[in-house]
Amino acid sequence: MMLVRYLSQIGRYFLMWKDIFRKPTKWKVMKGLLIKEIDDLIIGSLGIVAFISFFVGGVVAIQTALNLTNPLIPKTLIGFATRQSVLLEFAPTFISIVMAGKMGSFITSSIGTMRVTEQIDALEVMGVNAVNYLVFPKLMALLLYPFVIGIAMFLGMLGGWMAGVYGGFTSSENFIAGLQNEFVPFHIAYAFIKTFLFALLLATIPSFHGFYMKGGALEVGKASTVAFVWTSVTIILVNYIITQLLLT
Amino acid sequence: MIEIKNIEKSFGENKVLKGISSVFETGKTNLIIGQSGSGKTVLLKTLLGIHTPDAGTIEFDGRNYTTFSRDEKSALRTEIGMVFQGSALFDSMTVAQNVAFPLKMFTNNSRSEINDRVDFVLKRVNLIDAHHKLPSEISGGMQKRVAIARAIVNKPQYLFCDEPNSGLDPNTSTLIDNLIKEITEEYNITTVINTHDMNSVMEIGDNILFLKNGVKAWQGNKDEMFTTENEAVVEFVYSSNLFKKVREAYLKDLK
Repeated sequence: MMLVRYLSQIGRYFLMWKDIFRKPTKWKVMKGLLIKEIDDLIIGSLGIVAFISFFVGGVVAIQTALNLTNPLIPKTLIGFATRQSVLLEFAPTFISIVMAGKMGSFITSSIGTMRVTEQIDALEVMGVNAVNYLVFPKLMALLLYPFVIGIAMFLGMLGGWMAGVYGGFTSSENFIAGLQNEFVPFHIAYAFIKTFLFALLLATIPSFHGFYMKGGALEVGKASTVAFVWTSVTIILVNYIITQLLLT
Repeated sequence: MIEIKNIEKSFGENKVLKGISSVFETGKTNLIIGQSGSGKTVLLKTLLGIHTPDAGTIEFDGRNYTTFSRDEKSALRTEIGMVFQGSALFDSMTVAQNVAFPLKMFTNNSRSEINDRVDFVLKRVNLIDAHHKLPSEISGGMQKRVAIARAIVNKPQYLFCDEPNSGLDPNTSTLIDNLIKEITEEYNITTVINTHDMNSVMEIGDNILFLKNGVKAWQGNKDEMFTTENEAVVEFVYSSNLFKKVREAYLKDLK
């Protein structure tokens, strides 16, 4: 019974994808919605992303330095390890999990509240494609999400450099040499391909849980939690699949 | 005119509407009344296309809505105005933006034309200084008036109201009733109101459809409601002492 319910939810999620592009909202109206979503979802996330990236980058550098007890291992490894962890996993995946909480709960609760207060019914009764009106601008705004992750990558490495150098764990030359050591340009492509996929999930899974929720204020809270769990689980699974496909 | 024939609707095992037929006339305030759980909200949502009927037909001026495709339904909905029970105003928009919304979505009017129309309808519902306020900054009665303004701004052919008086004080309630009636007659539109407010029924009930357990139990106008001997109506409407006395006085006058 539970399996049937999950399968039906998954089917409904993919049907929602179809509705996102059906009967588009007038560009004149959509333009305003798009700007608002970019402000809420992208610009509004920069502060927390910058803070987390900078300090986690610093922690990665310190942890690596503290574990380098063998004098034969070069100090450049600190920069190398920071780059690899930040670029491959920390910035795209870890930040996306954090964003599943931050952006995801915002999206689910705002759409869910519209459902509870009949605002979505009002849109539908007027003849507006509510899925397109509410979800499409979020999806488009999150096409700028790789830009956020690019900033997270830069600040993570900067945090690592500052913690390494000013913490007395390595020299600036060693850290920068480590950052440049055995650099594989494809890793950037890999990181941004998965970031793009995570952006699609971040926009649509919380929207789905908000749009199709039933009940009152309490259920809005529950829907936000469920959306966070499912977005995180899906991000982890997609991360595994993409890594298996692109890096092995 | 909206004509429904043998409308049936079930949710699982629960049969909510059991073959309801009726006509909602143009230029008149058509009321759907009944106890909680009698099926009036389901009937209203079925008329609006939020629920699809299991059987029966719904004709909007001869156009059978039940056979329409999704896009045809969307097109017809631009001819419909709806006032929701909780007003359903978009809380991120100001009063003026809420009212302008249908015009921005469905017309190619210029900004000044839209502003003129918004000013006109807000004035029509007696809201003059509320343009830049958010829905959270105005009272429940004002929210209802904004909802009515938004519903009529695009000159609809059909106006639906779900419990337009719920949560309002008696004065505001009467104002809203009278406003809906005036608008219905002035623009000659088909208005369907879902209510269990007996004051509204007695004030503006041109055509009243009484539902009981998903079945049409009675239909008539407010004057006929005073004189009917239908048991279901008498039990529902005249259960309060006030309305019992009003009825007795009305019947005494007739004699």
